[in-house]
Amino acid sequence: MSNVQIMTGNQAAAIGAKLSNVQVVAAYPITPQSQLAEIISQYIEGGELKAEYVRVEGEHSALTVCISASTVGARVFTATSANGLLYMHEQLHWAAGSRLPIVMCCVNRGVGAPWTIFNDQQDSISQRDTGWIQIYCRNNQEILDTIIQSYRIAEEVYAPVMVCYDGFVLSHTMMPVDIPDPEKVREFLPPYQAHTILSPEDPRTLNAVLFPWRRANSEGVICDGYMEMRYKLQAALESSPAVIGETNRRFAEVFGRDHGGLSWGYRTEDAELIMTGMGSVASEAMQAADILRDEGIKAGVVGVRVFRPFPAKDLKEAFRGAKGIVIFEKGISYGYEGALCSDLKAAFYGSENQAPVHNYIAGLGGRDVKARELADAARASWMEMQKGIVEKPTTWLNCYTG
Amino acid sequence: MPENLFKINAKEYILPGTRACQGCGLSLAYRYALKALRENTIVTLPACCLCVLHGIYPSTPVMIPALNNSFASTAASASGLVAGLQALNRTDTTVVAIAGDGGTFDMGIQALSGAAERGTDFIYVCYDNEGYMNTGTQRSSATPLGALTTTTPIATKQQHKKDFLKIMEAHDIAYLATASPSYPIDLYDKFVKAKKIKGTRYIHLYIPCPPGWAYPPKDTVKMGRLAVETGIAPLFEVENGRFRFTGRSKSIAERGNRLPVINYLEKQGRFKKMNIEQLHQVQHWVDGKWQEYQRRSQE
Repeated sequence: MSNVQIMTGNQAAAIGAKLSNVQVVAAYPITPQSQLAEIISQYIEGGELKAEYVRVEGEHSALTVCISASTVGARVFTATSANGLLYMHEQLHWAAGSRLPIVMCCVNRGVGAPWTIFNDQQDSISQRDTGWIQIYCRNNQEILDTIIQSYRIAEEVYAPVMVCYDGFVLSHTMMPVDIPDPEKVREFLPPYQAHTILSPEDPRTLNAVLFPWRRANSEGVICDGYMEMRYKLQAALESSPAVIGETNRRFAEVFGRDHGGLSWGYRTEDAELIMTGMGSVASEAMQAADILRDEGIKAGVVGVRVFRPFPAKDLKEAFRGAKGIVIFEKGISYGYEGALCSDLKAAFYGSENQAPVHNYIAGLGGRDVKARELADAARASWMEMQKGIVEKPTTWLNCYTG
Repeated sequence: MPENLFKINAKEYILPGTRACQGCGLSLAYRYALKALRENTIVTLPACCLCVLHGIYPSTPVMIPALNNSFASTAASASGLVAGLQALNRTDTTVVAIAGDGGTFDMGIQALSGAAERGTDFIYVCYDNEGYMNTGTQRSSATPLGALTTTTPIATKQQHKKDFLKIMEAHDIAYLATASPSYPIDLYDKFVKAKKIKGTRYIHLYIPCPPGWAYPPKDTVKMGRLAVETGIAPLFEVENGRFRFTGRSKSIAERGNRLPVINYLEKQGRFKKMNIEQLHQVQHWVDGKWQEYQRRSQE
């Protein structure tokens, strides 16, 4: 029996956290995340969710509460946006370095200065190198489902997961969402069993200072140094694509919805021009592909669902056959180009896929991007590519650049 | 309550050979604090001298579970431990956050204020050695007027110490106390008492620091005593808003034999550049605080 209700992305996220039976929640309000924090407060105060809610005085503390609560063995949840995420930056590294299975929603918003409350993805893109798994959602159903999946992934690989979805575009937009059966979720996601917890029964000093080299313990056993511990975080993230893929497959089996694991495709079978992006902009590109197909251009879309670990192998396969690639990004690595663009080009290094890649920066600070405009940009690039224009400076879409 | 040292818990929770400096006042205080807190305790601490005392991985001399966290987050970390233990129905464990004056007066004040306002059920311990000693004696807002530090190297610190006890009292917390490693029974009693109380408890430790204060390591206990005897570091507790002098400070208040601050200041190299005007300012400041405490103790 399906239980479809109309709801915002923030409501879907709150239900996802509730169904995951989170035990400790800590959050600090920030637009456009606030509604999510409010709904979870209602669940907890109303007795629908048995959890501790710590109403912290800032985002740095929000993630710290999650880190410490996770250290004693609780399943934890938090959410933030934009400058809130930037304020957490130190603790993002701390959470990943501590190898804790924390799940956090990033309701994507542009960062200051100057202030904007509207959507882009500069906030989470800027946290790319903190050791978190990053998953970008394209609709509200995917938000709910991804949170449940993320706990399973995080608790298997011992790395934190950031579930990213676009502010307002998803967070405040009503869509039909099928709410999974709580019993089935419990089966899919059993209670968290930590392999190590901080406890008086087994006293340890966690996250102690390390010397640059490896050192013996009191029994003479050589133990990891800083570099070995950091390598293990990298190894965990490198091994996680298989876990993410398997979790997605298993989820599809149980709940009948397949969100694509590491990436998803739309009309890619015979596509020569492939558009790509993350989150709602990639979703919008599907309509652009339809427009271009109507014009006779064999266009398709590959949506990058997981940005870290970067699914290079998967994407090489997904883009096989592409004769031109157009990337739309809601963020940029200032002084160079879009981060996804750099990563994707690097993934093709030395492979047979040497299709031209054009990069568009779009929708910063909530600037509207219509499917028609994406189609126009992709068509222009496609014509340039036919003329042999392989390299092209990063283009700022819908932006007056003088 | 132990009337003498022999009634203190004989079990040791810190093995000999820590990485703390010779004559470290914190080592002494921490030893007695843990004796009072006993096994069922979890400690959380930021990057600080205590982090060094806890040793280099994979060995630690401390037999109480401890979590290292980042500098600004000590009290938030305690909030997380409390929430996590509550969620898992393990509420009999005492959560203790310990940070230095830099991690408390300066960088950690937001998280601590938040945790105290929420009435978080934990003990926060500030070990105040009056500067960033772990990084090499830089000025903090706990550094007293007239002290040389590596970031006030010529002119000395120009401001009085922040009255952090007033800030903590303003949060209407369940229990607040000051203690000194030079008076271990008083210190021990306060930790035993704090352990039994629910809600936010704050214990302020005045910690003499041989390298930071520039005095011989053998004089740590003497320096702690002089701090108390001059009224610079009064020993007291505040419960339900009621102020009470304890230990040595109680007898000084009764007998009126408080020593002049010069007796304390002249024994530390950090005050060697202090001028006579600054000396008067410090004496005046200490007198004012003492009178305020004395008035409150008679209420």
